[in-house]
Amino acid sequence: MIRIEHINKKFRRLQALDNISANFYKGQVISLIGPNGSGKTTLIKSILGMVKPDSGKIFVKDQPVNGDPAYRSDIGYMPQIGRYPDNMKVGQLFDMMKKIRNADEKETDNDLVLQFNIPAIYEKPMRTLSGGTRQKVSAALAFLFSPAILILDEPTAGLDPLSSEILKEKIIYEKKKNKLILITSHVLSDLEELTTHIMYLQEGKMQFLKDLETLQEETDEIKLSKAIAKVMRGYETDNKWIDQIFLAEKKDERIY
Amino acid sequence: MLKLSRYVLYDILRNKIVIAYTLFLFIVSFSMFRMEENSSKAILSLLNIVLIVLPLISLIFTTIHYYNSYEFIELMLSQPLSRTRILLSEFGGVCISLLSAFWIGVGVPVLLFSADETGFALLFTGTALTIVFTSIAFLASVRSKDKARGIGFALLLWFYFALIYDGLVLLILFAFSDYPMEKFTLLLSALNPIDLGRIFIMLKMDISALMGYTGALYKDFFGSGKGVLFTTVIMLLWATIPLWLAIRSFRRKDM
Repeated sequence: MIRIEHINKKFRRLQALDNISANFYKGQVISLIGPNGSGKTTLIKSILGMVKPDSGKIFVKDQPVNGDPAYRSDIGYMPQIGRYPDNMKVGQLFDMMKKIRNADEKETDNDLVLQFNIPAIYEKPMRTLSGGTRQKVSAALAFLFSPAILILDEPTAGLDPLSSEILKEKIIYEKKKNKLILITSHVLSDLEELTTHIMYLQEGKMQFLKDLETLQEETDEIKLSKAIAKVMRGYETDNKWIDQIFLAEKKDERIY
Repeated sequence: MLKLSRYVLYDILRNKIVIAYTLFLFIVSFSMFRMEENSSKAILSLLNIVLIVLPLISLIFTTIHYYNSYEFIELMLSQPLSRTRILLSEFGGVCISLLSAFWIGVGVPVLLFSADETGFALLFTGTALTIVFTSIAFLASVRSKDKARGIGFALLLWFYFALIYDGLVLLILFAFSDYPMEKFTLLLSALNPIDLGRIFIMLKMDISALMGYTGALYKDFFGSGKGVLFTTVIMLLWATIPLWLAIRSFRRKDM
């Protein structure tokens, strides 16, 4: 559904994305993992067309990203930091988004709106909302038009445990509907229950894109956080592919 | 397009600055017409307001509005809307609000007290200058990501067009006073929308007789239909070229 072909992006001297290619298909839940500043958000913003890559192409449902903006109607995006017009009331924001997408009241997916009890704050201006409430609004907006692709940038950051659980349930529910979901998060335990694939970025380079089972096998760790920690330690000393590092380790074991 | 502009307009009306601006213009114009017995004298005083205050307000208001609605723009970018459309809606919203302020604040008094050719020329110039400087401000703010730099740049542009340019023209005219410069000054006036507006209105008044030979040439040119067409076309260029450049760099920008 999303095809990324050799994209490069430089911000001044910083190579934010370095020759990244990947294919994402529907039914997958892809976790973008990597240290801070490794290019996760840049990659997401490139898919949304908010950041223009220096070279390379991105296709969403075979539509090039830099062409007709209509492809974005298949994407629900929840930004890392939801920034909204200060003076606008929550209700107006939802009305506006519906009008922009020409969506009928019946077609919209109001699950999260209701579960987060957003109608109760319809009359509040956006600027008075707390960080967590803003996150709830962002999440509800991302799911509102039941898009085929969901892009969630740090969805659970700042949410209370209950809301975080509601959001996770919703993601699992959408996953069953054969959608493509892209998530970045540093809370690996949150991802564990959701993810099918892991994409690991470091300093703008894609280190690997693997499904969860393979990763677990290769690292001998069931827990995602431990597996990733192992990988991260490995890459700090040596930027080889994960397979090679762990093969080397196994050889050592045999000798001693 | 108008769908989005509506939200921009709504946001602008909420912060009430435009309403204050309308009131300011209205009170100033009304009192000018009241104080001066001769309505053309009042128009002359209003002319200075239109030529100095209008561009300044348009530039500053637009730049600040652009930076304030950065969140809105960001939000719209993740929606199925083209960047051109987003920026044009912003432009439309700002233009409509500033123009209505001008038409209510200056237009109504002018129509009440001096609805003649000079009055209409003043309204035409004010309208054109508002659009031109809104468009220039969009270019300045799209080009610089930093708020202070954007506003600073807009202010510098205002200094240039309202004050420095005249000095430069005088300097050139003085240095080349031995040569026939009439045609050349006509060209120079086209390079500054404020100057063009000033000449356009001045020549509708009787004072053009005071401007000597160049004035006569101007009168000949701007007094005719050709002059009106010339002014309109140049003003249109001044409005569209910066806006076009702004859209071009907005389309390539990383948000």
